[in-house]
Amino acid sequence: MKIQSNSYTFIYSTVVVLVVATGLAIVATALKPSQDKNVEIEKKQNILTSLRVQSDRSNTASLYKKYITASYTLNSKGEKVSGVDPFGINLRAEMKKKPGKRNLPAFEAKKGDSTFIVIPVYGKGLWGPIWGYVSFQREQKVSHGTPHYNKVYGVMFDHKGETPGLGAEINQPFFQNQFKGKKIFDKQGKFTSIEVVKGGADPTSPYQVDAISGGTITSKGLQAMLDSCLTTYQRFFKQDN
Amino acid sequence: MKNLKLLISPLNDENPITVQVLGICSALAVTVQMKPAIVMALSVTVVTAFSNLIISFGRNTIPPRIRIIIQLVVVAFLVIVVDQILKAYVYDVSKKLSVFVGLIITNCILMGRLEAFAMSNKPFDSFLDGIGNGAGYGLILITLGVIRELFGSGSLMGYQIVPQQFYNAGYIDNGMMILPPMALITVGIIIWIQRGFNRKLIEK
Repeated sequence: MKIQSNSYTFIYSTVVVLVVATGLAIVATALKPSQDKNVEIEKKQNILTSLRVQSDRSNTASLYKKYITASYTLNSKGEKVSGVDPFGINLRAEMKKKPGKRNLPAFEAKKGDSTFIVIPVYGKGLWGPIWGYVSFQREQKVSHGTPHYNKVYGVMFDHKGETPGLGAEINQPFFQNQFKGKKIFDKQGKFTSIEVVKGGADPTSPYQVDAISGGTITSKGLQAMLDSCLTTYQRFFKQDN
Repeated sequence: MKNLKLLISPLNDENPITVQVLGICSALAVTVQMKPAIVMALSVTVVTAFSNLIISFGRNTIPPRIRIIIQLVVVAFLVIVVDQILKAYVYDVSKKLSVFVGLIITNCILMGRLEAFAMSNKPFDSFLDGIGNGAGYGLILITLGVIRELFGSGSLMGYQIVPQQFYNAGYIDNGMMILPPMALITVGIIIWIQRGFNRKLIEK
């Protein structure tokens, strides 16, 4: 068969594509387990970061075991759902469901004498997804109907591809440290979430943080993410137990 | 002798970045720190060497009309394999390199070497040419990485090099070094220095 002929070209390209596709399939399958492990370690590291625990890849598993005492899946009524692994929940898929139908993961932690709850959040920034973990410190309820998880202990945010130097700064400590001690319920126990304010938050307000200048859409996205994710946990935060 | 020349000449006389001026984009993007620069250099070397080898083996069977497509398929295949391996074994670095590993596919050095060399030379020669060009690219990348990390963050490979006393005495890291424009200026300075030593590179 001539190298110039059409049939040779067709056969050649078909064979090349088949060989390459098979090769890629084998490589991807063989490496999947260790890639999944990396993703799992990173997720645990993120949860620990939101609890203000520094970890590196080698000690993540042991630290996670030490601090995280329980993890469960909740529904929007604040009841525990059995049969769903909270660690494996894909938030992106959950956020597409109606708020009442979502599976809500929560991770309970103990550090010193205090109890904490870590809530994963997921939303969209300017160019792609943004996500994070917010930890709350358990407090004594003031009265019936007020929450026992209200005060933010620590946060961890990250993003896929926000603008470097602007929106991408949400993963920097100077931005995340602002959230420490902020509250998501007002004194009457009404859910207010945390507002990300452009042009200067009121420093005395426990419900506001400064936005990132130049990163307006990312900041707004972050505010919307906190609001839409945390609001579904309201019933759980206010439970009498 | 000829083989040695294939390996050595891309380091200086035919350096892909400073003489052929290929692959500048990734050289600016991944050289803020030394570690990603090294990993990127290794990845590009592996991909160039093996794509050269594979294409050179098949150079007499590849239908001329679809040769660029075949080259791209081979390069893309190798790049995806490298990307998967990085994700599995050096996850942190692969996150830093992010999109740039995938963009090795569009790195001009690769297609340039495949068209100019592998399509008309023997497999072993092509393999050496690939390693040489990867190394020439890597040399500049790592030089940039060292300069930028040392002056931009005062560290190398993540370890603090500039002692704390310096900072106490008022020394400040150069923030410009972290940004891509300074990398371009540094490349320019490297080209200048290279031509200062290597007179035959200077255009008449």
